[in-house]
Amino acid sequence: MENERKLTIARAMAEAMAQEMRIDPTVFVMGEDIAELGGVFGNTRGLLTEFGKDRVRDTPISETGFIGAAVGAAQDGMRPLVELMFVDFFGVCFDAIYNLMAKNTYFSGGNFNVPMVLMTSTGGGYSDAGQHSQCLYGSFAHLPGMKVVSPSNAYDAKGLMTAAIRDNSPVIYMYHKGLQGMGWLGTEAGANVHVPEDAYEVEIGKAAVVRQGTDVTIVSIAMGVHHALKAAKALEADGISAEVVDLRSLVPLDRETVRASVRKTGRLIVVDEDYHSYGVSGEIIATVCEAGDITLKSPPRRIAYPDVPIPFARVMEQYCLPNADKVAAAARELC
Amino acid sequence: MQPSRETLGWMYQTMVTSRRFEVIINKIYMEGKSPVFNMANGPIPGEMHLSDGQEPVAVGVCAHLKAEDIVTATHRPHHQAIAKGVDLNRMAAEIFGKATGLSGGRGGHMHLFDAAVNFACSGIIAQGMGPAAGGALSRKMQGKPGVAVAFIGEGAANQGAFHETMNLAAVWKLPMICVIEDNAWGISVAKGASTSVEKNHVRAAAYGIPGHYIAGNDPWKIYEVAGEAIARARAGDGPTLIEVETFRLAGHFMGDAEGYRPEGEKAALFARDPIPAMRKRLEAEGSFTAGELDALEAEAGAKVDAAIRFARESADPKPEDALTAVFA
Repeated sequence: MENERKLTIARAMAEAMAQEMRIDPTVFVMGEDIAELGGVFGNTRGLLTEFGKDRVRDTPISETGFIGAAVGAAQDGMRPLVELMFVDFFGVCFDAIYNLMAKNTYFSGGNFNVPMVLMTSTGGGYSDAGQHSQCLYGSFAHLPGMKVVSPSNAYDAKGLMTAAIRDNSPVIYMYHKGLQGMGWLGTEAGANVHVPEDAYEVEIGKAAVVRQGTDVTIVSIAMGVHHALKAAKALEADGISAEVVDLRSLVPLDRETVRASVRKTGRLIVVDEDYHSYGVSGEIIATVCEAGDITLKSPPRRIAYPDVPIPFARVMEQYCLPNADKVAAAARELC
Repeated sequence: MQPSRETLGWMYQTMVTSRRFEVIINKIYMEGKSPVFNMANGPIPGEMHLSDGQEPVAVGVCAHLKAEDIVTATHRPHHQAIAKGVDLNRMAAEIFGKATGLSGGRGGHMHLFDAAVNFACSGIIAQGMGPAAGGALSRKMQGKPGVAVAFIGEGAANQGAFHETMNLAAVWKLPMICVIEDNAWGISVAKGASTSVEKNHVRAAAYGIPGHYIAGNDPWKIYEVAGEAIARARAGDGPTLIEVETFRLAGHFMGDAEGYRPEGEKAALFARDPIPAMRKRLEAEGSFTAGELDALEAEAGAKVDAAIRFARESADPKPEDALTAVFA
């Protein structure tokens, strides 16, 4: 519909934050370059002007310090939105994330809640090499105590952000740089979709079947969903009907939607921009195998990032990344 | 700033409560662990870090704090928890891993949390720093009263979290106080072998904030310096760094043979035990009679005995409750 308002993911995230900040004075934002600059990836643009620097705080480059501080503020009744500029930087602050943020609810037996959102950018494809291009979905989803979400489009981006802010548990909100709508990063046009102006939630832990099909199920998240949708379109010409499941959340994982789809199609491909081994792709395959009532017509496949650090050279990185052609080729082999 | 008679009585009694608690925990911890010491055995399994000797720091600081004030504590948290007013029965039960414990047995002795008095712990060195700053930030943003105190050990002052948080607290002028309990040893490594400065309070200069060093494990001096720092924080004048010379009369943890200590060090430390020293001074100054101090001690002992009884008699958690309380 041409008259519908379309937003980028970056703007949808900022809109969700602004709407929650208007109704809840305990919500505030902090991180590196999120105030004056509006976030390196544009997701906090406009917030400083509307809410001022008390509630929109540029921090020192001290991730252990300010993520730890967010935990303390959350335990004291605030709802911090904290930005870890690149997920790759988790190495300098993971203790604050998984030993404090993720464990204090449990260690306190629910005495303290830690209602905070940790926003962090993921993904490569623009030759930024291996310290600025990872996804690390599996690394975060593996550790208990934090919810993990990642939108593939602006509608989900707003709804998941609103749900994350209102959630009383910590939420890792991973946004893929290639979907942000930032021109300088290139962008996936399919991520810019209609976004209602009023606030709404997309339920955390609920996957979406974003394309119906009968021959093969393609499961993915964030950028991988767009590869899957493009592959599904290409497969139409071959008479192959692909169903695409957008996980949207990794924790909690909507295993039932995945299983229901594979029960119908009997074939499974997982597309994961995170590393191949010990990650989301293996978890999805295990989810289907453990169901007990699903007989696969062919072995499951995963199109994931090979187990190598992410290289700089364009031809090398593009060789490693998942893409629609790889997904379609796998589907043709299966069907 | 000098403590009132009432505060002195509280400080002394709280030190005694803490010590009595540690003495009993020490004894019970060894049940089932001899002749072969296996940390997994006995009514209190796991690591155990006792605070004997370090009580003056906890009481000298916490004498100025109310329930609304925030404390983050360390892997050696018992004296700090008791001084902050954490429920002793539920704390003991947590240390025993019982269903009635502060977190129903999920945390244990290094992870004591009591929201009623804003007390939290972390078993990771220096990682209470960030949450203390965040609590202070929360109070400042909400315009609510309260300061945050992060207790850490001297070894923690070499952690990145210490530096990052002190800078953050200073640049945002947060109502936070960092109190370093310098017991001279990071497990087996002497402070002089690990730390580039003799006294950590000089590091305050790096953050443009006041720094104080208190020698002698002296409850009066700790009370005075902490009181000024806390008043400063309450007045909105920002954070302070305090290092206190203290000592641990126990090993790093139970089972530590302490072979790293120079010969005679332990005996010399016991001769400086702060509890008899405080009693002696209170009597000498005439603020308390021997009988009054005996009564305070008896009351402390009874409270500890009751807490231990409560913990012993409490039921174990249901094993399957391990699967609950992961999320809010």
